[in-house]
Amino acid sequence: MSETTPVAMPHEALQSLADKSGRKYWRSLDELSRDAEFSAQLTDHVRREFPSQVEMLADPVQRRTFLQLMGASLALAGISSCTRQPDEHILPYAKSPESMIPGKPLYFATAMPWSSGAIGLLVESHMGRPTKCEGNPEHAGSRGATDLFSQASVLDLYDPDRSTTIVHNGQLSTWDQLTTTLGPDLEAQKLKRGAGVRILSSCVNSPSLAAQMVDVLTQFPRARWIQCDPVSRDNQRMGALLAFAEDVAPRFDLSKAEVIVTLESDLLADGPHAVRHARAWADRRRDPSKFNRLYCVESTPTGTGTMADHRLALAPSEIERVARAIAQAVGVDVGAAGGAQLGGEVSSWVANLVKDLKAQAGKSLVVAGEPLSAQVHALVNAINDKLHNVGATLEYAEPAAPVSIEQQAGLVQLAQEMSRGEVEMLIIIDANPVYDAPADLEFVAAMQKVPMRIHYGLREDETGWLCNWHIPATHYLEMWSDARAFDGTLSIVQPLIAPLYGAKSVHEFVSVLAGHAGISGYDTVREFWKAKLGAPADFEKRWQRALHDGLLADSGLPARAVTLKRFDAGAAPTIQTGELELALRPDPSLFDGRFANNGWLQEVPKPLSKLTWDNALYLNIDDAKRFDVKSGQVVELTHLGRKLKVAAWIQPGQAHGAATLHLGFGRTRAGRNGNGTGFNAYALRTSTALWGGAATIAKTGETYLLACAQEHHDMNEQGYARDLIRETTPAEFARGEYGAPAEHAGHEPAVAVSKGHDTGHGEKPAHAEGALITQYDSYKYEGYAWGMVIDLSTCTGCNACVVACVAENNIPIVGKEQVHRGRELHWIRIDRYFTGAKNNPGIVFQPIVCMQCENAPCEVVCPVGATSHGNEGLNEMVYNRCVGTKYCSNNCPYKVRRFNFLLYSDWSTPSLKLQRNPDVSVRSRGVMEKCTYCVQRISQARIDAKREDRRIRDGEVQTACQQVCPAQAITFGDINDKTSIVHAQKKQPHNYGLLTELNTAPRTTYLSRVSNPNPEMGA
Amino acid sequence: MTQIFHKGFNTLSKASIVVGGLAAVTLLAAVLASNRTPYISLVDVSREQPVPFSHKHHVGGMGIDCRYCHTSVEESAQASIPTTKTCMTCHSMIWTNAAMLEPIRQSYQSDRSIEWLKVHDLPDFAYFNHSIHIKQGVGCQTCHGQVDQMPLMMRKNTLNMEWCLSCHREPEKYLRPREQVFNMNWDIHTDPATQGKTQEQLGAELVTLYNVQKLTNCSTCHR
Repeated sequence: MSETTPVAMPHEALQSLADKSGRKYWRSLDELSRDAEFSAQLTDHVRREFPSQVEMLADPVQRRTFLQLMGASLALAGISSCTRQPDEHILPYAKSPESMIPGKPLYFATAMPWSSGAIGLLVESHMGRPTKCEGNPEHAGSRGATDLFSQASVLDLYDPDRSTTIVHNGQLSTWDQLTTTLGPDLEAQKLKRGAGVRILSSCVNSPSLAAQMVDVLTQFPRARWIQCDPVSRDNQRMGALLAFAEDVAPRFDLSKAEVIVTLESDLLADGPHAVRHARAWADRRRDPSKFNRLYCVESTPTGTGTMADHRLALAPSEIERVARAIAQAVGVDVGAAGGAQLGGEVSSWVANLVKDLKAQAGKSLVVAGEPLSAQVHALVNAINDKLHNVGATLEYAEPAAPVSIEQQAGLVQLAQEMSRGEVEMLIIIDANPVYDAPADLEFVAAMQKVPMRIHYGLREDETGWLCNWHIPATHYLEMWSDARAFDGTLSIVQPLIAPLYGAKSVHEFVSVLAGHAGISGYDTVREFWKAKLGAPADFEKRWQRALHDGLLADSGLPARAVTLKRFDAGAAPTIQTGELELALRPDPSLFDGRFANNGWLQEVPKPLSKLTWDNALYLNIDDAKRFDVKSGQVVELTHLGRKLKVAAWIQPGQAHGAATLHLGFGRTRAGRNGNGTGFNAYALRTSTALWGGAATIAKTGETYLLACAQEHHDMNEQGYARDLIRETTPAEFARGEYGAPAEHAGHEPAVAVSKGHDTGHGEKPAHAEGALITQYDSYKYEGYAWGMVIDLSTCTGCNACVVACVAENNIPIVGKEQVHRGRELHWIRIDRYFTGAKNNPGIVFQPIVCMQCENAPCEVVCPVGATSHGNEGLNEMVYNRCVGTKYCSNNCPYKVRRFNFLLYSDWSTPSLKLQRNPDVSVRSRGVMEKCTYCVQRISQARIDAKREDRRIRDGEVQTACQQVCPAQAITFGDINDKTSIVHAQKKQPHNYGLLTELNTAPRTTYLSRVSNPNPEMGA
Repeated sequence: MTQIFHKGFNTLSKASIVVGGLAAVTLLAAVLASNRTPYISLVDVSREQPVPFSHKHHVGGMGIDCRYCHTSVEESAQASIPTTKTCMTCHSMIWTNAAMLEPIRQSYQSDRSIEWLKVHDLPDFAYFNHSIHIKQGVGCQTCHGQVDQMPLMMRKNTLNMEWCLSCHREPEKYLRPREQVFNMNWDIHTDPATQGKTQEQLGAELVTLYNVQKLTNCSTCHR
């Protein structure tokens, strides 16, 4: 087993596993095989604790040098304590801005624009610096939660690689030069009615910007405006046009659906809609009597798939056949060739599903993902129509984008026009086609035939680099604009900070094109809405209200009645045998690549593979065996004649015959974090097969280092599986079985200790039978006692909490090499366990924060008292006292402590300093750190409450991870407060603690995962 | 073979152990003591500022309340240094040509901040909140000293952790009635409301009345 390939295992071992069901829950195939071999060697143990440092620990010279240095620095550290503090200055405002109170953050409502629907935000601002985004509780698109992209977007604002000046043919230039130079060119084009002008932008979601573009087009009638994103809704749009002959977008109401079927759709975790979907879905998943049922057919495991009660892993072409079979079975007219025969197990699986769908007609929902063809989307529309779901669980409305077009077709046409030399001026706005256009368009060659190329964007990226003009854009936190949410609700995007580098907003740039240079973005947006609302007398009042609330009341797009038309459903695809089917999908952390330079997103372990800083070709175990490929080996992937060398990754849960590669990596001009990570999947993408198709792979003999966090911070003992995950069903739940292993049943160790206060486990008396005894004195928690409950039934593993924690607690990124050494600093990690057959395992997410043990093993071993226990039950960490012995981490059974091995925080880049939360220390090297339940928020709430002579109200303190969670899987509060939600959660019969047999009495507990399988299908 | 060391070295080496030990202890004591000297703690050291603002004149002489300038002291972590505009509320009318106030006028005209030197400077890892101390009956004077007697601002306390803890452990020794918090000259013995009580008696009453907790958790200040 080589060190550089984390999961490289002999196929014989895999084979042996196919037959026996070793441990119940496992995190990686490697772990499973080690267990099977029952190896108990020391090195193995060391590797599990410190994945890549075996050689360092075994090297005596290194260790001695380390001790010498440590001794010397310890001696010097003593003296350093008596230096005088350097002088600091205070710079008060000359004139105070309105409502600014130094030391108190302000919150402003705005929205993060996104082509398919904006997310409403409340952004925290410290003395004019936006530091963190929270969801706007009033906003339909967020309901107080956000996804990981909104959380990370604040880092993009301060990205030191953003472009700072206008560049003209490699020379620095100015806005004035741009407008004066551009003027005559535009006038010349006007004479030709704009025949040579093409504007390419990402999909515009802003109504006022769309209106400006239309204004430009009226002045240049023969110009064309192309909107194109690499991940669009083309298929969904075409599907609606086929089925209804209308361009409408479906809107789902998951709260009303009893049975949900997703086909290659990551409904609960992908895109801005997912925030609302996850909330609605999770609301039905808290009470077993109200449970819905989720069926999921997908090629590569996603957050939605892990939540499914029944998950079927199939290659994309087979998924299409399943969709057609479902359509046929519910009675949709699929035409002569449109149906599909399914084989064996799949057939009975689908039969049961259809039975369930029919039984819940009018209360069911079928959802197709964008990678499925337009015909499948049309069929799915027809299925929902046939089941009378339209108007109940879904409705149709105008798309959120004001000008909805077929995006790819437009891009293809543009490339053709450019290569024929018909385009004289190409204006690219917030798009990066040089990187993300399909490879068959040969976009670079075509673009270079355009004499005047203008790029407007945040960075001088792959496209900006090849343009005559590059104009820096404003970040959405720096500009006035507007945006529609998924349901059409309108938000005004208001700036939190003046443009850091004096950039002009996209409205101001487009004004120049329209010949109205000098009009501010604010005036453009405001005047647009004034006119749109009919210039009411109370406009000012409504405008202020909309700014304050973050949305314009009742501005949602109304549902539209649609009638199903007869359509040609085409023919079912034939299954290719012997080959692989390549699936190109948006990345769960980088999406289409626009976030590639965001270190927070690069370092977040991907939900299923736990890879960081890279993508890889996900393969099914049997396929890997067939091609004799192991994880970390480089293969040459061939798809439609194009070749790409890419690292392979064996992914449990991956469909047989499907190979998945995520988009968004392999960038060359993204910036310091994004350049050179992963493999550029766009090199394989063609405009006719955007989402992949038949492919072959060949071994190259090379290997590639993949930094994977999946085996880090393991809570299991070698060869002994601990009771970490509990799963149950409503039927078992009713019988009082909550997924505890048999030996635990009946005499559960106390969860939140038997030290006098209510443990949340009924009124169990202290030291009842089964309660563990301790040598430490008991302590009675009066006043507040903070506790947390995490519901495994609703955690979709979307990673929003991880990024929220990073943003709130100034957690630095460490880089790929350091992650590989197991040194990532995330205070919250989402453990992902597989269970059952390795080929189609069940998957469970388990977020792990500090358990804030009442009998904390870390505290007693600290030689300098840097970690201690607070009287409210918090396990506190004093960074400035820590000398870095790491004993605490060694003694922590949950592995939640993180050590700063190096100076990971960037202490020199000025723009990054602006992002930091001033209420949390920025840690240096040699310091242990950990989750503190966001103690800065607790402290603030305590002060606020005391100043008003009251107790802290339930829900007043929200931890960052809790606040962001779209599914509300995390509950936090005072467990001494009998009326608190967290207290009620702790009273739930399926509440359990981790490793309670160690008598740590954790304050963080979990609710068993309850799934709702179809009784006719088995578990 | 002759001995290398003379017999007398035995005594010398024994003595060196004692002397060495004493030296180490002395050094340690010196280091600890030096931390409490004004050189390190800056207690009683008045600092030069861009404008020689006198609290003695403004507070002691004119009787201006603390909160006229330190506006956020009751609601925020920071008491806040007044904006230039606050200075100009008076100084646009009086002493309008004083050379001493030139930086103030400059700042007001150019809209650029005055760079005051921070006198009470806690380390960045200690999170102090003014508003809650005001609310719980800690007088300004208790920490900042007799500000109305200071021509130039200076520290009157070390701001060391042991100093913070002396009150966090025994708040009753320092608390005063809320209405006297901003009074620079409050005296328990002359205040009719508290006459006849000892500080301990009054403090104990206030601890109950104001629900003052003895917050000595590390996370109270460090996070």
